[in-house]
Amino acid sequence: MADTHVDEPVPEVRARAHAGRHPGPKEYIRIAIILAAITAAEVAVYYIEGFKEILVPLLFFFSFVKFTLVVLWFMHLRFDSRTYARFFVMGLAGAITLFLIVLLTFQVFSS
Amino acid sequence: MASLEHAVAPPVGDHAATSTGLPHLKLAIWLFLASDCLLFGALISTYVLYRGASTTGPYPADVFDIPYTSVSSFVLLASSLTMVLALAAIQRGDVGRSRVWLLATALLGMTFLGGQVYEFTSFVREGLTLKTNVFGTSFYVLTGFHGTHVAVGVLMLLTLFTLSFAGKITQDSAMTVELVGLYWHFVDIVWIVIFTVVYLIPTGNPGAGG
Repeated sequence: MADTHVDEPVPEVRARAHAGRHPGPKEYIRIAIILAAITAAEVAVYYIEGFKEILVPLLFFFSFVKFTLVVLWFMHLRFDSRTYARFFVMGLAGAITLFLIVLLTFQVFSS
Repeated sequence: MASLEHAVAPPVGDHAATSTGLPHLKLAIWLFLASDCLLFGALISTYVLYRGASTTGPYPADVFDIPYTSVSSFVLLASSLTMVLALAAIQRGDVGRSRVWLLATALLGMTFLGGQVYEFTSFVREGLTLKTNVFGTSFYVLTGFHGTHVAVGVLMLLTLFTLSFAGKITQDSAMTVELVGLYWHFVDIVWIVIFTVVYLIPTGNPGAGG
């Protein structure tokens, strides 16, 4: 009598399958080139007078894109189980909340 | 009987069966990184709070050398690339190439640390010490903690590099390389935030520039 439940992959095999979907070296190099280009753009806008008015939001945008690319591709959150992402987002949300509470308490944004 | 053997297949990779189906070590490192987010969140908040509050110089714009720090940023970004290449190589079973990329990552990490030591030394020469003003205190504590994380990462990378010669880093232990890699990339993303918030965003005090 055959067991039908063996069709369901065991957890370890699923985990292995997740790891198997990690990008290859070419994609890693492509992401690294994008990261380097964004860093160069960050430094460029720092020196260009025309961007002075929108410098802070622009720098935050560049930083956010770089952060996201590293987390999703190099740290594999795009390819791995969502459980890891939940753990990390929990910590990140805590850090951002802490940041905002401290700065709002000391009225940094109003000065 | 054969089907039963399939149902209780031996663990694949270097972790045993878990209730979540995910390796507990990897869950643990993600939990550690989440907690480290809070540490750096507190340090960055403190820096932002105090960087423009100094009544005496040197101020950020007096000491920061943006082109120099930009090169440090490129070095750390490059180390993230070599780290993922080391992981990709070990997942393919190419221990030799993985070893080369691990060493490259450690060397880039040491280059970053050397740059930080030089930067700190030049700041001290310009009169900015840990006790000079609140900008100096918050700056050295934040970047010093980050540098300590990089130093710990370099030690882990060199340990992996050494273990690979003893045959202890193989395709089956790719998870170990991945865990060290996660820590290393975390150090990189913290620097991405520090580079923007500390170095590039101008302050509002008399010495501010940018």
